Amino acid sequence: MLVTLTINGQIIHVERETPIFEAAKKLGIPIPTLCHHEALKPYGSCRLCTVEVVKNKWPKLVTSCNYPAEDGLEVKTDTDRVKRTRKMVMELLLARCPHVPAIQQLAQKMGVKTSQFKKKGDEQCILCGLCVRVCDEIVGVRAIGFVGRGTEREMNTPFGIESDTCIGCGACTYICPTSYIEMVERPDAPGGRSLNKGELTLDSCPNSYVCENCDREQQFLLETMQVIEKFRRENEKRRSEQKV
Amino acid sequence: MKKIKSSSDLETLRQTILNKGDHKRQVVRICCTTGCRAGGALKIVEDINKELTERNLEDKIKIKKTGCRGFCENGPVMVIEPDDIFYNKVKPKDVPGIVSETLVNGTPLKRLLYIDPETRKRVKSEKDIPFFGKQVRNVFAKLGKIDPTQIDDYIAEGGYTALCKALTTMTPVEVIETIEASGLRGRGGGGFPTGKKWRSCREAPGIVKYVIANGDEGDPGAFMDRSMMEGDPHSIIEGMIIGAYAIGADRGFIYVRDEYPIAVEHLTTAIEQVHSYGLLGEDILGMGLDFTIEINRGAGAFVCGESTALMNSLEGKVGEPRAKYIHTVESGLWDSPSNLNNVETWANVPLIINRGAEWYADTGTDTSKGTKIFSLVGKVSNTGLVEVPMGITLREIIFDVGGGIRNNRQFKAVQTGGPSGGCIPANKIDMPVDYDTLKELGAMMGSGGMIVMDENTCMVDVAKYFINFLMYESCGKCVPCREGLKQMYEILSNICEGHGEEGDIELLEGLASFIIDASLCALGGSAPNPVLSTIRYFRDEYEAHISRKECPAGVCRNPRIIRALEFGCEAPLKFYEHCILCPQFSEGCLDLAMSTEILEGKKKLVYSSKLDSEDSINANVFKCTTALSYFEKSRQLCGREGRCREEGFLIDLLAGSKQLIYSNTALLKKR
Amino acid sequence: MAFEKVDEILEKHGYRHDALIGIIQDIQRLENYLPLETLRHISHRLEIPLSRIYYIATFYKSFSLEPRGRHIVKVCLGTACHICGATQNLEQMERTLHICEGETTKDMMFSLETVNCVGTCALAPVAIVDDTYYDAVTPEKVEKILSNYATESEGIESEKN
Repeated sequence: MLVTLTINGQIIHVERETPIFEAAKKLGIPIPTLCHHEALKPYGSCRLCTVEVVKNKWPKLVTSCNYPAEDGLEVKTDTDRVKRTRKMVMELLLARCPHVPAIQQLAQKMGVKTSQFKKKGDEQCILCGLCVRVCDEIVGVRAIGFVGRGTEREMNTPFGIESDTCIGCGACTYICPTSYIEMVERPDAPGGRSLNKGELTLDSCPNSYVCENCDREQQFLLETMQVIEKFRRENEKRRSEQKV
Repeated sequence: MKKIKSSSDLETLRQTILNKGDHKRQVVRICCTTGCRAGGALKIVEDINKELTERNLEDKIKIKKTGCRGFCENGPVMVIEPDDIFYNKVKPKDVPGIVSETLVNGTPLKRLLYIDPETRKRVKSEKDIPFFGKQVRNVFAKLGKIDPTQIDDYIAEGGYTALCKALTTMTPVEVIETIEASGLRGRGGGGFPTGKKWRSCREAPGIVKYVIANGDEGDPGAFMDRSMMEGDPHSIIEGMIIGAYAIGADRGFIYVRDEYPIAVEHLTTAIEQVHSYGLLGEDILGMGLDFTIEINRGAGAFVCGESTALMNSLEGKVGEPRAKYIHTVESGLWDSPSNLNNVETWANVPLIINRGAEWYADTGTDTSKGTKIFSLVGKVSNTGLVEVPMGITLREIIFDVGGGIRNNRQFKAVQTGGPSGGCIPANKIDMPVDYDTLKELGAMMGSGGMIVMDENTCMVDVAKYFINFLMYESCGKCVPCREGLKQMYEILSNICEGHGEEGDIELLEGLASFIIDASLCALGGSAPNPVLSTIRYFRDEYEAHISRKECPAGVCRNPRIIRALEFGCEAPLKFYEHCILCPQFSEGCLDLAMSTEILEGKKKLVYSSKLDSEDSINANVFKCTTALSYFEKSRQLCGREGRCREEGFLIDLLAGSKQLIYSNTALLKKR
Repeated sequence: MAFEKVDEILEKHGYRHDALIGIIQDIQRLENYLPLETLRHISHRLEIPLSRIYYIATFYKSFSLEPRGRHIVKVCLGTACHICGATQNLEQMERTLHICEGETTKDMMFSLETVNCVGTCALAPVAIVDDTYYDAVTPEKVEKILSNYATESEGIESEKN
């Protein structure tokens, strides 16, 4: 079903529940973001894509990456309130990661020169969760994940040790906006590459990405066969019981 | 056990219970919930039972382990009926006296009676105590009367009649209309109209629907939900079954905090008992309603009080809130319509059904109906749980019910609504307490915690405390809440430590409005409230910290400075004074190094002639007589072998991590 | 390594994914903490990625990934306890046990933890050792409270001698 909404006064028709972010993209209205990627489900953690919507005459701030389009919605992407909010997000991120080029550049582009906050971190990760989600939603192995909560939240492998599920595909390095996770050459690793996250190394694929001969694949097939076998036996048992 | 299939079954059962005659006997009701248990209530029960058995009185006198009476300050408490004698601060050693004097002879023990602080006279009954005078106990009516582990007690008091009435004489829509007409609003925080919520959930498309009770009472300083779950679990269960009938749900969940083991125990027992009577399970009362309730224990996360985070937690995930652009009544638990209410809200439901919406709406103000339970804590004389009608003034709660401020100090502010609530100053004390007034004042109803503060409380320190709390309890998903609160805390601690700068207040205000605007969930959206409300009413205190470097309440201090007058014991101070003036001090004194090791507990002082071993130092290697005499005399005399606050100071001072001063000038002064 | 008891827990919860938090709670009660191997085992049995289990174990405050002491000492830092001086009690506990909050004594006798509110605000400030609540705690009382449990403890014993 198509719905009609206005973005900065321009009218657009989109499929119902399309995120505002996508609708704005169609109109060529740029909205900055650090945690959204078209291949992944919206997450809404960086709040940089904040826009103002007017619903029932009551303006409020929402994140455009996950706010669904609906009929008669009025969206504004460049009000003072929106600009103020985005600048504040950048200032906070700049205070967290003062030495990350990607953040510095984006801040400069948005007119934020320095952060007014005193507490400076030395992080490279902005906890946008792109790597975690790509590993989960696209690759399907979830070798990395979030750890902890609040200000102590971080991205890591379980127990901070080498992951036994990582296949070394490198999707996380590709999607990381701040180059926190990198693929490094490691001649001793079977694939010759490995992921570098701070002091932690994730193994590359032990089988040089040849899935046919993979141990894990074999293991998977074996387990599946066992399950099928079990079912077959149970079925036969039940049938013989019925006969009796 | 015979299943209850109709209203008359229930009435028959009630009569049978009443005819057993328990109520005619002498009854001793002893509060056995967490508060009174800490004072030894269980030991008292055990001793009384033993005493009664010895005197062959166990058939004549009945002991009941009840829920909370709210007067936790004076616990353990007990009531002896039918004479209605109220004893407070009972100790196990009082038991023989209670049995021989009161239970056998009927004479009250004067020393256990409550003293009215005004008249200084002993008061015999609960009803004569001012703490209970202004209260209206509707929701709390059964607490302190019934044994929460006995469903028969609850039924004897008219329990489950509301369920029978709703299921057999009302349609689901009529139930919702009654709740709407009563004006009941959510007791957990937001104050959303309960009936409206039920209606949206009922009307939301979906075959599977859930009802959930929020017992994740995360607000520090609020414990009415704990008391409710521990002392009267059946009211909550009855409310939930009625709600499930009205909404069309077939599964219910009670999410209980991990810190409340007794609540879990009592709820579990209660659910089993309701099942055995057939009021939970399949085809309840023959009306075709199938409904079960499960208990889920939280695992220690404040954010799980937020509805979407709670539902994630029920699904076995972390309590990360979801974007709430679609309401949970339409898509909540496992994406099905879910109706979440606080346990206190659920406990109100049977009352409304039984006595009618009009009766309920008679109490309270225009927009806030009924009664509300508050937990009155902090620097107030009578701490405990109070149930009062909505619209009562703060003065009545704090001074009439609460008995005023402890030690006759000045009332300064009351903090309501938990960590994301606000502080209301003394000049607003005559304002009525209802959802909307509190919101106007910059605070909120929250779950009903009221923390009373006196002149010795620093408001900047209070704001810092809450921001610190929220910073660690935030899930950490979105930038405004995670990074914003971190910066906010940094600014506040700088102010508290005397490093505040001009412009910090404005920076705090700007950051606060940003966090409210941009956060993902209600936790972030209300987190800056304590800062905003303290700036609004106590701006002068912030300014005193920033420009004059003083803390008017005398709470904040520079953590790197120790005042000489803080030393409660002189010996460690003398030790340090000697050391610092000794010429050896700057030249790397060997005796000092050994002393430090002994002070820190790494090594022991020994007198044997053997050589030093790994973990001991021989006394005869000490050249410094001051150090040696400190360990030999002062420490021996004290008997505490260090391990005291003052030796902690000494260690810090010797290590140079803290500085000793004799005057108050370099500190944040007290005005 | 045998996981019979862990499997019993999984069986009891019907291998349900939504019961994961309950399962981890039961495992913590069984083992006193959450060992890596056990978590890996349930990850395999339930087919839930280890990273998800690890996230849960680090997100919720009641879980511990380190072995804990025989006695768990909890200091309540709720609002009521805070304004009645709970921080001083915590400092005194740390000083007495020679550990910081969140740590365990070397002899594995005590773990020191903080809790946000235990709902006994009328008794503030409160400390809890195992299942016993201590009301109106002051720094002076700390030692006495701990000595109830310290008889078997080498750490405190040695200092007494």
